[in-house]
Amino acid sequence: MSTDTTTRETPAEAPQLGAMETVRRGLALSPELRVGLGVTGLLALGSTAGRVVVPVLVQQVLDRGFDVSQGTVDMGIVTRLVLFGALAVALTALATGVMNLRLAVVAEQALSNLRQRAFAHIHDLSMLHQASEQRGVLVARVTTDIDQISRFMQWAGLQLIINFGQATLALTVMLVLTWQLALVVVVLVPVIAVVIKAFQGRLDAAYLEVRRRVGRLLGTLAETVVGAQVIRAYGMEDRVRERLDDAISDHREASLKAGWLSATFSGVGELLSSLVIAGVLVVGAVLAVNDVTTVGRVVAFLFLAQLFVEPVQAFGEAVNEAQNAIAGWRRVIEVLDTDPDVADPGDDGVDLPDEPLGIRFDHVDFAYPPADGDQPTQVLFDVDVTIEPRTRIAVVGETGSGKTTFAKLLTRLMDPTGGAVLLGGVPLHDVRFRSLRSRVVMVPQDGMLFAGTITENVLMGDGDLAVAQVRRAFDELGLGDWVASLPQGLETPVGERGDALSAGERQLVALARAYLADPDVLVLDEATSAVDPAAEMRLQRALAGLTAGRTTVTIAHRLSTAEQADRVLVFDAGRIVEDGPHADLVEAGGLYSRMHGAWEAGTSSARSA
Amino acid sequence: MVQRAEMGGAHLAGAGWRLIVRQLKRAPKQFALGMVGTTFYAGATVVSSVVIGWVTDTVLFPAVEAGSIGTASLAVAAIAVIGVSMVRAVGIALRRGGAYAAQFRLQQRDRREVTDRYLELPIAWHRRHPTGQLLANVNDDVEAASFIAAPLPMAVGVIVMLVVTAALLVSTDPFLAFVGFAVGPLLGVANYVYQRKMRVVAADAQRLRARVSETAHESFDAALVVKTLGREDAEVERFGVRSDALRDRMIEVGRLRAVFDPVMEALPSIGILLVLFVGAQRAASGDITAGDLVTFAYLFRLVALPMRVFGWLLGELPRAVVGMERIDAVLDTTDRVDYGTDVPGQSADATGARATVRGVAYRHPDGAYQDLSSAAVVEPIDAPTTTGGQQEVVDQTRGLRTIDLDVPAGSTVAVVGPTGSGKTTIAHLLARLFDPDEGRITLDDRPLADLQRAALADNVALVFQEAFLFDDDVMGNLTLGEPVAEDDVRWAAELAQADGFINDLPDGYRTQLGERGASLSGGQRQRIALARALLRRPRLLVLDDATSAVDPSVESAILRGLSALDTTVVLVAYRRSSIALADEVVYVEAGRVAGRGSHDELYASQPGYRALIDAYDTGKPVSTATGKPVSTATGKPVSTDTGKPVPTESGAAR
Repeated sequence: MSTDTTTRETPAEAPQLGAMETVRRGLALSPELRVGLGVTGLLALGSTAGRVVVPVLVQQVLDRGFDVSQGTVDMGIVTRLVLFGALAVALTALATGVMNLRLAVVAEQALSNLRQRAFAHIHDLSMLHQASEQRGVLVARVTTDIDQISRFMQWAGLQLIINFGQATLALTVMLVLTWQLALVVVVLVPVIAVVIKAFQGRLDAAYLEVRRRVGRLLGTLAETVVGAQVIRAYGMEDRVRERLDDAISDHREASLKAGWLSATFSGVGELLSSLVIAGVLVVGAVLAVNDVTTVGRVVAFLFLAQLFVEPVQAFGEAVNEAQNAIAGWRRVIEVLDTDPDVADPGDDGVDLPDEPLGIRFDHVDFAYPPADGDQPTQVLFDVDVTIEPRTRIAVVGETGSGKTTFAKLLTRLMDPTGGAVLLGGVPLHDVRFRSLRSRVVMVPQDGMLFAGTITENVLMGDGDLAVAQVRRAFDELGLGDWVASLPQGLETPVGERGDALSAGERQLVALARAYLADPDVLVLDEATSAVDPAAEMRLQRALAGLTAGRTTVTIAHRLSTAEQADRVLVFDAGRIVEDGPHADLVEAGGLYSRMHGAWEAGTSSARSA
Repeated sequence: MVQRAEMGGAHLAGAGWRLIVRQLKRAPKQFALGMVGTTFYAGATVVSSVVIGWVTDTVLFPAVEAGSIGTASLAVAAIAVIGVSMVRAVGIALRRGGAYAAQFRLQQRDRREVTDRYLELPIAWHRRHPTGQLLANVNDDVEAASFIAAPLPMAVGVIVMLVVTAALLVSTDPFLAFVGFAVGPLLGVANYVYQRKMRVVAADAQRLRARVSETAHESFDAALVVKTLGREDAEVERFGVRSDALRDRMIEVGRLRAVFDPVMEALPSIGILLVLFVGAQRAASGDITAGDLVTFAYLFRLVALPMRVFGWLLGELPRAVVGMERIDAVLDTTDRVDYGTDVPGQSADATGARATVRGVAYRHPDGAYQDLSSAAVVEPIDAPTTTGGQQEVVDQTRGLRTIDLDVPAGSTVAVVGPTGSGKTTIAHLLARLFDPDEGRITLDDRPLADLQRAALADNVALVFQEAFLFDDDVMGNLTLGEPVAEDDVRWAAELAQADGFINDLPDGYRTQLGERGASLSGGQRQRIALARALLRRPRLLVLDDATSAVDPSVESAILRGLSALDTTVVLVAYRRSSIALADEVVYVEAGRVAGRGSHDELYASQPGYRALIDAYDTGKPVSTATGKPVSTATGKPVSTDTGKPVPTESGAAR
């Protein structure tokens, strides 16, 4: 299923995009990269040509400016050649500079756009809120993976191109000078190809292992930082240190192995180049003796052959970068390829009817996708229920009985695997997200906040709302006192993830958000579990006013909430087992009445303690 | 920004030099290997040009003149070329291998040391630094600082070649040597200007990169909120602003390199041209021979190409220096938690510990972040967030004012109070997650701060409201890697009412949790965290609303189980079922203890407490005469003595 292929590195099992295919798809995804590619390519050619200019020029000055036998120097020719060389060097520098700049602008622009698209796409995927632990992996998609592509574009990729150009150019010049001698070099091309091929397989495997261990390293590092409090409270430092040490050392070991392989490869490249040079010397001597070529040309060949083989040595390094970039690119593409399983119908969709909304669950089943080839886990079985508009529903049941799944289906955070959910008679599947999100609001249990002030967290970038409305929302929810108790009131910074506030306080902010959103259907998923009872009571009163005239579904952990609801749905093991007003259910003597009894026993014994 | 740009060049050069020295010292063996390789490489390179000259003079020319060629002399030439090249090949492999070895050694050392510091630094320090930043530090900054290892051996090799070349040239013609090396100062100037400008931009880019990562972390963590409020577009825009800021800065980096790299590459070429031009004149005037000039030109060409490695080294240097400074910012933080040597005494009759809190005050730091770069507090980069600036002057009222608390050995004390009153702070102080600003906390009369690290962890276990699971299986999450008998694990899991659902997981106690594992509900996570604490049989168990997501019936079963233990328990709670188990209740309001005593005493004397408790009961009749619950519908008493959670754990708990 989608979550597997996109969040885990599965080199063996999943059919992966091939390297070329990845690059092709990547370029198609970022058409900006092709803008002005022709000009940049020409500049690259100019930059490459510059590498050949100086050696050729030295040769020319010596051959044409000097008459060694007579010991005279033709300053005219030397001056002209040197001026020409200076011009060539200046032009090469200019070409290199402009090319680098163009590459930087195009690559950074394209990759920033890709980053943003991947970010937006990830927000469209439901997997994001199914498994909280996998978010770190997704963050890498829009950060390190993209950075790797950027580095490749501006450095290693360029090196590959320039080196390839350099080899081609050197070979061309050699063919022009003395094609017979150039054949010595040409004959060695297949040998070089075989060596590259042999090394590439090993390098691929080595770098794949490095990437795998990088993944583990990052996971362990993240755990150490995110879990700092638990580690401290349990005195786990030594064990964590061990785990870190293992991950860090494993990463080093694999990197080192790949590094030595790459270094050896460079050495082999040097040996190849000496083979070429020895070959050129021997064959060149024979050819020179037979007047096919001149000694000067043989000497020129020695340098050109070097220019031809040099790129092979740079290959190992560039291949590593290229592999990293392609792996990163592949992962980003895979994320973008994952269809949002809960898609916005957009223009094809309809708006919810402009009237109070009722809810209908029509024989709804839900199963989580199977993990690692197991059976899919079914969590809702044939849930069939109709909720009249403007009723207040309480949903109760054990942990894992399907309450939260019910809420997520109702707000279309997920789609049912069987049956349908309808709002106001319209299948949710057909409702435009804009309409859905403005009419149906869920307050989740985990009142996640952003680093910023309370006001910013309530507004959440909604430009239609005024700051004054935020204050009014808190006042109307009866939370004015709480706001006043904060050091900077509504402008109090809440810290990373809202850590500067307690869990209960974060929930208060989340409720104010929902209050301002003014929805027709309000879904509260244990939204007040960490608020103290007194504050909750005040909230309940305020929320009672808020819920009037709205359809409200409250997932209740305190049965007092259920008592106040118009109707209670009791979930057990994925089914609705009881359904009715509180009093009736207590009377019925079923599961609910037992839960209620146990709860009352708990709350009242404190009273009598 | 302005001040930093004006920091002098001497400082930059100093920082770059310090970085190089520091890294050399940290991986001496690996660098030595690289240097040996470099020596081979540099030596073989110089020799190879000599060999080729020798072959040209003694083999090629005579052969052409003679019109015939000897097989023997050709073979000697070929073997000489290949022989020198083999030395050079070994040199290259060792040079690069040594460079890699140094680079990865440096990364390993820095990562170890930085994470070691992370594990030692106070939690308060952790809270001042966003997760994304700390991760970027141990990952990106460490890598950046190690990058200079790659070009360093090569650069040293080039220096060796330069010195040899210079010696050769000066001995031949000092004037021409001077002309050739005239480009040297130009290289210096270009590099100085570049370093100056690049460092500021590189530091900024590094910071913006961390910012992008932070934003993504935060946004994905809040996915549910974003989605349910339909704020995806606003999030994409917010991320876009930061991504574009990084892009603009990276383009600036590209612009600087676009100027610098070609200049670094062109200057040596200009040097060769100058040598050619001036040398030709001197050859014409008879000051040197043509042969001398050939030597000059070839030697210059020989060193000019590898000179590029300097451009590479110097280009990486600013980023590496920034990385090093950010690493050092962590390593040099003097803040740390000092542990003492005491082990609390264990009396035979009570296994629970006695905890006392005397005159303890603690102020929470505000929500402002610190950056790891040299400037202490970061100004926000983007305008929309306006939290920066005046935070320091705020009158800080959050935290504890003066708290006294006595928790007798083996007792259970409930800490009750409104949201934000400081309950969690008390819980965290008892586990010494941080130290109080004033006053002291003792365990069996020994100050918490004097306890041994291991003794503290053995004696006190804190269970957090939000359960944190490690990327490990259930068993590993419970034992935390310590050798524990399986029976003990099951005992703890049963006590935490977790054994049932764990057995229903696909692989039972071996089910993988965390990043790659099964998703558990909030209540299940809390029960695993609780079992983890119980397993350690702490003498003081601190529960910070640790069962908030657990069903009430399951929770009461858990608490009943706990009350049978001898452990001293401090629990932050709201539910009356939890409060019922406490021997004493402490009522906290606005960072002070407003009252303590039994539930009834507090209920009678503390209006705030009464309101808090009553709030829970509103709308529910409780028989005041018997104190027994009455079923709303029937008016009949409900059995309270079943003692078991009514609904059992369902198998669909995933």
